[in-house]
Amino acid sequence: MTITQDMIGRVRADFPLITEDVAYLDNSATSQKPQSVIEAGKRFYETENANPLRGLYRLSVAATETYEQAREAVRAFIGAGSTEEIIFTRNATESLNLVAYSWALDNLKAGDDILVTIIEHHSNMLPWQMAAKKTGANLHYLYPDKTGAVTEEMFRNALTPETKLVCMTQLSNVLGRSYDLKTYARIAHEMGAVFVGDGAQSTPHIPVNVTDLDVDFFAFSGHKMLAPMGIGVLYGKKTLLERMQPFLRGGEMIDYVTTEGATWAELPHKFEAGTVNAGGAAGLLAAIEYYQKLGWDFIEQRELELTRYAMEKMKDVPHVTLLGSDRPEEHHGILTFKVDGVHPHDIAAMMDEDGVCVRAGHHCAQPLLKYLGVPNTTRCSLAFYNTEAEIDRFTASLATLRSRMGYQD
Amino acid sequence: MQNTFYNEILTDHNLHPAHKHDLPDANMQLEGVNPSCGDDIVLKLKVEDGKIVDGAYVGDGCAISQASADMMLDLVIGKTEAEARRLSDIFLRMIKGHITEEEHEELEEAGALIDVSHMPSRVKCAVLGWHTMDEIFDEPQKAMEEARQGKAENGES
Repeated sequence: MTITQDMIGRVRADFPLITEDVAYLDNSATSQKPQSVIEAGKRFYETENANPLRGLYRLSVAATETYEQAREAVRAFIGAGSTEEIIFTRNATESLNLVAYSWALDNLKAGDDILVTIIEHHSNMLPWQMAAKKTGANLHYLYPDKTGAVTEEMFRNALTPETKLVCMTQLSNVLGRSYDLKTYARIAHEMGAVFVGDGAQSTPHIPVNVTDLDVDFFAFSGHKMLAPMGIGVLYGKKTLLERMQPFLRGGEMIDYVTTEGATWAELPHKFEAGTVNAGGAAGLLAAIEYYQKLGWDFIEQRELELTRYAMEKMKDVPHVTLLGSDRPEEHHGILTFKVDGVHPHDIAAMMDEDGVCVRAGHHCAQPLLKYLGVPNTTRCSLAFYNTEAEIDRFTASLATLRSRMGYQD
Repeated sequence: MQNTFYNEILTDHNLHPAHKHDLPDANMQLEGVNPSCGDDIVLKLKVEDGKIVDGAYVGDGCAISQASADMMLDLVIGKTEAEARRLSDIFLRMIKGHITEEEHEELEEAGALIDVSHMPSRVKCAVLGWHTMDEIFDEPQKAMEEARQGKAENGES
């Protein structure tokens, strides 16, 4: 498709926080929100606010309808078979912890192996460290090559006959590289292991179909894909979810309670204890509608164009090293880099002086950065609403950093 | 160029620190770590009769942490422990935004970091060296032991 300046201008106009004053290039941390998402949350509280799933009056029924409509939209968005398999959480972190507590602790035992990759965000690492410690299972790490690439052979070699659980991201928040979860889930299943996919970074940038991937669990956050903070999703196969104990216990997740115990509600409510984030779900519904309106063709093409442009521009700046692949197709807008002799926190502070928002630090992936030999880096992460002009602003700032720190070249 | 926090005083102390080196005859030393930036320094002091005769630091970190430690040593070498602690108190109050004009002048070049008071995410970087010095004086036994161990390790290697 031909993407015109007019189309880009209209998209940018949908986002109230996006102006020409600041170049927001920290989209992997959280995305900006279109007006329709902000309005959806507002509309829920202005016109439908009541506790969903409980009330027997019309207002509560309306709240329930919106909440369940959001669940159906999520189901369709990620290609799940049933809304029973869509559990609302706060974010991907909570989703992954739910699997660790409710599946791993009850299904792993001493001597079992858990496989995670060194690429993972701490959210897809620490829950499995906990599960390993509590069950006596062994945690193994898969190491990619230094550009972050994993091959089928590397994956097969990392599995053992004792591997019962594999946890892997679909898209690295540091390197921007995507991973072929469909192949890895198939191989894991051949070995009898359960496969958990972390979709926190992939869901906002590439079309996801959990049925096609055939992953057993899949976690993502709303706030990285235009929705409000505080609403996230866990997809789980019904056959697994049915056999799991609840993660949290309390209101609206039971059928019947006595002084001695309780029987749990049907899926997905078994895993949604307490009053739910219906306003957030309304926002997530609007975010999904926004994605559908825009279409993946536009999003993927635009993000690739921007990534290619940014990588070309960065190449011209001396003393800058990009982490990961040298191919734009393997970055999905995520450009993590270092500048010789300039600390990333100073880079982020100087870029802030230039009106450019970037992330500095370890990006919640300390083991990966240690493996790559770069304890601290800076990350520019693009989204479809960014522009070449914003990238120019970023690379112009990038080119001044060393001289501003007193270097002569 | 626009008005920048990264002024010449700061960048000069970062790129050309006078006190970033080993100090073999240090008798007190402690490590200071700021996990938010990954700043990690070892502050080494040679203290005789309550006076800082010499001082140095080694380590890595952001420009603010490194420059601040260097500026601090510029200021406190030759001072008594009591004077150094008083200057440290002034510096920490400067970072919190509570300082008089006279006090600001007493800090000499370290006063160039005054704008950190508007940068909450960088406060830990700016105070790292100063906190480490206070800790050395708060826990002299520990600091002397660390210095002895530091020497022993150097001797072996």
